[in-house]
Amino acid sequence: MPVAAGMSLPAFAELLERLLFTPGRAGKLALLRGWFDSQPDPERGIGLAALSGELRLRTAKPALLREMAAARTDPTLFALSYDYVGDLAETIALLWPEPEGLTGPPPALSQVVGALEAASRADIPGLIAGWLDALDAGGRLALIKLVTGGLRVGASGRLARLALAEWAGVEVGAVEEVWHGVAPPYEPLFLWLEGRGPRPDPAGAPVFRPLMLAHPLEEREAAALDPAEWCAEWKWDGIRVQITGGPGGARLWSRAGEDISAAFPEIVAAARFHAVLDGELVVLRGAEVAPFSDLQQRLNRKSVTARLQRDFPVAVRLYDMLFDGAEDLRGLPFAARRARLEAWFARSRPARMDLSPLIPFESMQELARLRAQARAAAIEGLMLKRRDSPYLAGRVKGLWWKWKRDPLTLDCVLMYAQRGHGKRSSFYSDYTFGVWKEGELVPVGKAYSGYTDEELAWLDRWIREHTVARFGPVREVEKTLVLEVAFDAAQRSRRHKSGFALRFPRIARIRRDKPAAEADGVEAVAALAAESGAAPR
Amino acid sequence: MPPHPETWLRVTEAGLWCEPGGFFVDPLRAVDRAVITHAHSDHARPGHRHVLATAETLALMRERLGEERAGGTQQALRYGEALEVNGVRLWLRPAGHVLGSAQVCLEWRGARVVVSGDYKRRPDPTCPPFEPERCDVFVTEATFALPVFRHPPAEQEIARLLRSVALFPERSHVIGCYALGKAQRLIALLRAAGWDRPIPLHGALARLCALYERLGVPLGPLPPATVAGKEKLAGAIVLAPPSAIADRWARRLAEPLPCLASGWMRVRQRAKQGGVELPLVISDHADWPELLATCEEVQAPEVWITHGREEALIHALGRRGVRGRALHLIGRAEEGE
Repeated sequence: MPVAAGMSLPAFAELLERLLFTPGRAGKLALLRGWFDSQPDPERGIGLAALSGELRLRTAKPALLREMAAARTDPTLFALSYDYVGDLAETIALLWPEPEGLTGPPPALSQVVGALEAASRADIPGLIAGWLDALDAGGRLALIKLVTGGLRVGASGRLARLALAEWAGVEVGAVEEVWHGVAPPYEPLFLWLEGRGPRPDPAGAPVFRPLMLAHPLEEREAAALDPAEWCAEWKWDGIRVQITGGPGGARLWSRAGEDISAAFPEIVAAARFHAVLDGELVVLRGAEVAPFSDLQQRLNRKSVTARLQRDFPVAVRLYDMLFDGAEDLRGLPFAARRARLEAWFARSRPARMDLSPLIPFESMQELARLRAQARAAAIEGLMLKRRDSPYLAGRVKGLWWKWKRDPLTLDCVLMYAQRGHGKRSSFYSDYTFGVWKEGELVPVGKAYSGYTDEELAWLDRWIREHTVARFGPVREVEKTLVLEVAFDAAQRSRRHKSGFALRFPRIARIRRDKPAAEADGVEAVAALAAESGAAPR
Repeated sequence: MPPHPETWLRVTEAGLWCEPGGFFVDPLRAVDRAVITHAHSDHARPGHRHVLATAETLALMRERLGEERAGGTQQALRYGEALEVNGVRLWLRPAGHVLGSAQVCLEWRGARVVVSGDYKRRPDPTCPPFEPERCDVFVTEATFALPVFRHPPAEQEIARLLRSVALFPERSHVIGCYALGKAQRLIALLRAAGWDRPIPLHGALARLCALYERLGVPLGPLPPATVAGKEKLAGAIVLAPPSAIADRWARRLAEPLPCLASGWMRVRQRAKQGGVELPLVISDHADWPELLATCEEVQAPEVWITHGREEALIHALGRRGVRGRALHLIGRAEEGE
């Protein structure tokens, strides 16, 4: 990518703005690759750290910036502007008076980071003001977001590492394995990726190993499997995690390789061993896995209170072992790793962990029956793992299958539609649908997948021809079209007027044959919620 | 003592009415005699019996409204050439807004008013630049009258667009823009930046671009976007009305990347609406510093504000000792750009 004029902060500002406005993953990856391509060290690494949330800056409070801006502007004009723009950081960035005459060149990211590290508390306002004077509106907004610690551009650390791998032409797993052993601005990492230096050695530092993932299994494919070659486990409805313990300390990683240790200190405290384990994080009450909605109370938190730890006790249900001590087990067949896991577990008995049991079965018919009977909220279906499969990063076909139980379905009436993003921006592709309650339709959920391209084109046309009102990007339609909606579970919820929320709803079929009056009522949702909340059988 | 303009230039239901001259400036509905600042539809309405404007504005009105609706009789007036209308002296100065745009200067018994219409102070290769005229009352719009609106140099925005085209060479960049003025300015800016490839156009922009060329503004090759194949549109910069960029029309393009060229793009929340992926802050209206600088240059002790964000401008003028007055003219495009 041709570089935005001059120093790296304006270029970084342009990257941030583009990421914010680009909805598609492919577009975001291209923007990030362009960043690694166009920026010198250490600027590209500092940008990467900022996007990955690993830049630890001495930050300034938004109130300080507000004070600085207020001292330079007319209070009435500031108030009118803030009222119009709505966002404080953006108001300050747009409003900051540009000094007359010559100003210095805009700063580089490395200058900002270096100067903030060296500065005393009293120097910080002066430094920030000097930089704001030298930047344009986009640059000022990026600087304010950097120093107040709130980038939020919809690019996760995982996405940034994926872009880094694509840019260097290596597997993302190779980057993940060294990632947590390098620190901003990652110069040894860039040198290695450009073939100019050795692979950074994570040594004893805890690092994330990319996970092995499963493909969905279809009914007819299942029948063709040889039961002797496969192991079966329940598919628990929690979140996939990796626990690493060793001399360098213990960590808990999410499926995407984010360090989530701080949110689950009790798990980290229990990981007093030297091993790398794969399992499902769940809320466990006694021996029973609580519904996913309980686990949600603990997700996406930077830290956790004692009360949350008590009310939503978490545990990890283990199902694989990647390292035993320093020994890499990933090349061993699944059956051998499982034996090592069981032996290790019997020896170490870690707190807050148990083993996900293997399900004995003789035939695929028997397994299909077990799957059909499983209705516990915490079970999503079955996992099938080939006895001889090594542990391979990513989604390798034919080794691991997820065989979800059949979805629940409801016949709902389309109520509102909204246009999608990116490739779907010209299509009405997001649908709000409802069920009957006392003669009135009440919304029960929103879906934006499940349909084919042809069905999407048909729905788009139908919506345009049957619009009764518009609210900004949303169209209200005639309440005459029935959609069969598939979903994994129904839960009570105060967020929807119907009193229920559906988990993973998607459009299964368009029921043009069915009159809207014959669509389901709220009693049908209640019955399915009761069923999916029932105790395991 | 010259009569205060309040006594002879008044806001009526039909718009700004010059009583001694017997004519309206940019009237909101059909009248007997109208002076038109420029051809945008919220200023140039159809059906007046007699229309006075620059030759370019009259030509644009005929193109947009049709011969019959563009005025019973049309009278062209050159910039700087003066007329006497019932004792009112009237002349036009360039406003720098779009081709043909003019400020209407009026003088009666020694008092002078300038009705500026819409204007900007930035260079625009498609029209002559704004010329300040000293006056007693300056009538201005206030579309972008908040200090948060400072338009960056348009060349800088074009450079951003070209960087994006280089980064996404397989996609069509489709820019939503007004058919009159903005479209032609964008094309001229692209040409000046060295973009000499054909610029495919949505049908709604084609006629006005052709007219600009006949009026002496060269724009280069502008094929219709509808006939080229998808593969031909990969890597192209395409222009279309804002309503088309994220709608069905855009499906014919190669993975369209929706852009929008407008002063409103300065504010993220505004830009986020409507699925814009590349907001371009390019405006044909004066930004906040331009509004203040212009009010100062014309040295008017009193400024009348037709529409927009009057509150902030009246406040800022007050602090400079200038009396600001909101006219609350209805019927102007609130979100005009």
